[in-house]
Amino acid sequence: MTDTQRYDAIVIGGGHNGLTNAAYLAKAGQRVLVLEQHNIVGGAAITEELRPGFNFTTFSYALSLLRPEIIAELDLVRFGFMPLYMRSHFAPMDNGDYFLIGPDAAVNRQEIARHSKADVDGMERFEHDTSRVRQFIRPLFDSIPPNLFSDDPADTERMAWLVKHLGNADKKLLHDTVRLLTGSISDFVDDYLESDIIKATICSAACVGIKLGPMSPGSGINWLYLSMGEHDGLGGSWSFHKGGNGGFTQVLARAATAYGADIRLNSHVSALITEGGEVRGVALADGTEFRAPVVVSSLDPRRTFLQIADPRELPADLVETIQRFRFQGITSKVNFALDGVPHYPALGDRTDQYGGFINIAPTVEYMERAYDAAKYGWYSEHPYIDASIQSFIDPDMAPPGKHVMSCYVMYTPYKLKDSTWDAQAENMADRVQATMQRFFPNFNDLVLQREIVTPETIESRTGLSEGNIYAGEFFPHQMYFFRPAPGYSDYRTPIRGYYQCGSGTHPGGCVIGAPGRFASQQILTDTRR
Amino acid sequence: MMRTTPFHPRLSELSQTQMWGNWAGYLSAIRFDLSSKHEYFGVRNAAGLFDTSPLFKYWIRGRDAERFCSYVFARDARGLKPGRAQYTIWCDDAGFVMEDGVLFRFSSDEFLLTAAEPNAGYLRGLARPFDVEIVDASEEFASLALQGPRSAAILSALSSDIGGLRYFGFTETKIADANVVVSRTGFSGDLGYEVMVPSGEALQVLDAILEAGRPHGLRPYGEEALSMTRIEAGLPLIGVEFTSSRYAYTEHERFTPDELGLGWLLKGIDDPTRPFIGREAILAERANGTTRWSTVGVTIEWADFYELFDSRGQLAVPDEIPVGWETMIYNDRDKRIGYATSFMYSPVLQRHIGIARIKPKYAEPGTEVYIEQTVNHEYINVRATVTKLPFYNPERKTA
Repeated sequence: MTDTQRYDAIVIGGGHNGLTNAAYLAKAGQRVLVLEQHNIVGGAAITEELRPGFNFTTFSYALSLLRPEIIAELDLVRFGFMPLYMRSHFAPMDNGDYFLIGPDAAVNRQEIARHSKADVDGMERFEHDTSRVRQFIRPLFDSIPPNLFSDDPADTERMAWLVKHLGNADKKLLHDTVRLLTGSISDFVDDYLESDIIKATICSAACVGIKLGPMSPGSGINWLYLSMGEHDGLGGSWSFHKGGNGGFTQVLARAATAYGADIRLNSHVSALITEGGEVRGVALADGTEFRAPVVVSSLDPRRTFLQIADPRELPADLVETIQRFRFQGITSKVNFALDGVPHYPALGDRTDQYGGFINIAPTVEYMERAYDAAKYGWYSEHPYIDASIQSFIDPDMAPPGKHVMSCYVMYTPYKLKDSTWDAQAENMADRVQATMQRFFPNFNDLVLQREIVTPETIESRTGLSEGNIYAGEFFPHQMYFFRPAPGYSDYRTPIRGYYQCGSGTHPGGCVIGAPGRFASQQILTDTRR
Repeated sequence: MMRTTPFHPRLSELSQTQMWGNWAGYLSAIRFDLSSKHEYFGVRNAAGLFDTSPLFKYWIRGRDAERFCSYVFARDARGLKPGRAQYTIWCDDAGFVMEDGVLFRFSSDEFLLTAAEPNAGYLRGLARPFDVEIVDASEEFASLALQGPRSAAILSALSSDIGGLRYFGFTETKIADANVVVSRTGFSGDLGYEVMVPSGEALQVLDAILEAGRPHGLRPYGEEALSMTRIEAGLPLIGVEFTSSRYAYTEHERFTPDELGLGWLLKGIDDPTRPFIGREAILAERANGTTRWSTVGVTIEWADFYELFDSRGQLAVPDEIPVGWETMIYNDRDKRIGYATSFMYSPVLQRHIGIARIKPKYAEPGTEVYIEQTVNHEYINVRATVTKLPFYNPERKTA
């Protein structure tokens, strides 16, 4: 063992949480090694030039949840952080009309009034009430959850704070919060709005990444989670990082490197090395070993506990809980290279509707029916698609005059009934393309190339179990102090020195960075004890 | 009756908002899009187009043109070569700044000055003892600024003379069959160009630029986005950072070049062979140490801004539109030590920034100061840090 193979901490996985964790540890003076299995960092946040000049956001495709603390504390602007403004939300309708909201609240009122006069103030009440819920939840979201089963004074203190915080809420706020945490988004929205396209536009955010429809209880928490993000402080708004989320993870890699971390690519970690219940290092698939008293896994809980660690070294109840932890990947992507601009007849030559998301979810029922298929192991005939022509937001994504379009597709279950994704991927992508063609009559003529990413692709390329983009579903019993398992929400594991920092820990998935940051805080606290 | 610029017929078609301000009696776009931030990102990540036609433009021609310019303007114009331009200021006899502008040199005896305020009377008055002619060309030319990383590619598609232009260089060329002057100048702190075109041919040139810009994400921008970019670039604006000393009533309205952070323009002031208006007073100011202010940047970190609002039950939502008033600055003992003349949230820098005038002893970068904000109808001071200007200075600007 040479000195170059000894570190203070080793981070398994160079996705955004692994890099965030490594940057914080390195900035605190630790000697850190990041081991990434692929030849680029980023995990599920990569950008790939699949055709000369056309850059695809293969998996993750926008930014909102990223905690602003991380931008500031790691001084990411210095390393090229640049979130570009996504200015609009465009929802085509079956009758050729559309719902288009943008950056001007007063103009949005006019657009809402076109669909429902009552929804103008309905929307404002909805936004105010949900903003209050976000404000109330945020301190829980942005702190390490108390470990209910620990007698550590830090946990006792966190628990006391939590009880006090909950006690500060008024009746309506607490009730709204619980309704969102446990109920269905469409129930909640029905109290405020009547227009179907407006309701569908709001509810669609609840359907991203979970195997639930907008009418299912449990969709509320997903809606709330995804609305916890912001762009420049504006709650619930999204941005597109310069160069895609791959551009963002390159920023993180530059920051981590500048703070002193080593990043080693093409390094597939196969096992943890332990001794007497304590971690000693890791072994790569090729037999190379690296030693450190701290090893941090950014992988999802299944791989962290059942593959990298030896389950025999873990308490049986933890192993059982992790085996029960639900993944159920449900999402696909179809990314297009386009020869020009899709045409939406009702908007003539306008293109300003492409400055943000294009939401193919004309009604709440459309999404619920799209979900129905998934319950029985099949993919939607009429998929819900969250699309974006990213080259409108960042012209460097495609050659001048050409475009790249990312289509996030729901619902496509990981396990198909009596078939495989190898057999079904092209047909699924055909349905996506046919859906786009239905709304944009020149779409088929524009397609130069398409990339199909199924839940199986996500699993095989990123390692996310069952292709679940959140590294574990957002059910109430898999969140906060239950994420990933009761008693293990503090980023520690039963193996001393072995930590978790992936999206399977609190607060959860998306390009958010919080798990990486919180884990670094826990590690530094423990190291200094 | 408000006038419109030669570009207005087309720009009006491109405006989604029809929100126009009043610049020197001309309609000037506040913003074209529903969002100024969208226009701002055009400048920072693609290309943006701003109509600068209301600028005043003066030919300074004649045998004494160079002598005249190096007397009137505080920055030495003698080294300025034909085909080059320079940012400049002019001062009064007491060494206070009157105005600023850009001086272009076309030949040994021909200069062009662009300025935000009218100066024909002032320049002509000073010109009497010189063999120079001052010609007001303000209506002769329309002008536009094309700013942002894609600006070079767009203009290069229209003229082969653009690629070689260096920072503050200019060339006479043709775009869409019109004779134009293209300079590598601007007010955005980014890679950018300005185009001057005879007013009668303005629309054909604009149309050609818009067409060439379409595949590059070119979008027109208005005064709000202009202001955002110029604050990030640390560039002072007359009427905001200072007003002309000529129209001052009190000492509070007069500033010297050093006080405005423009001392760097005075290179060679020790040279006795170049008397210029204000020189003696500025030398005396420097000798006596009577400079009252320093112009610096101030920044607020995200955590401090967030805490300011969150701890008082409010949502912390920063606003990228520069505030329309001065913001007071204090030291750690609540003593007032200056004020920010411009203040905004910078989306590119992800923090609040301000251009500030503070007492020189607080001007060291890194000094902690406090900026007054209003929360829940109370004045609250939030921690800020003194920084160097400019805030934003990409390599491509001068590369």
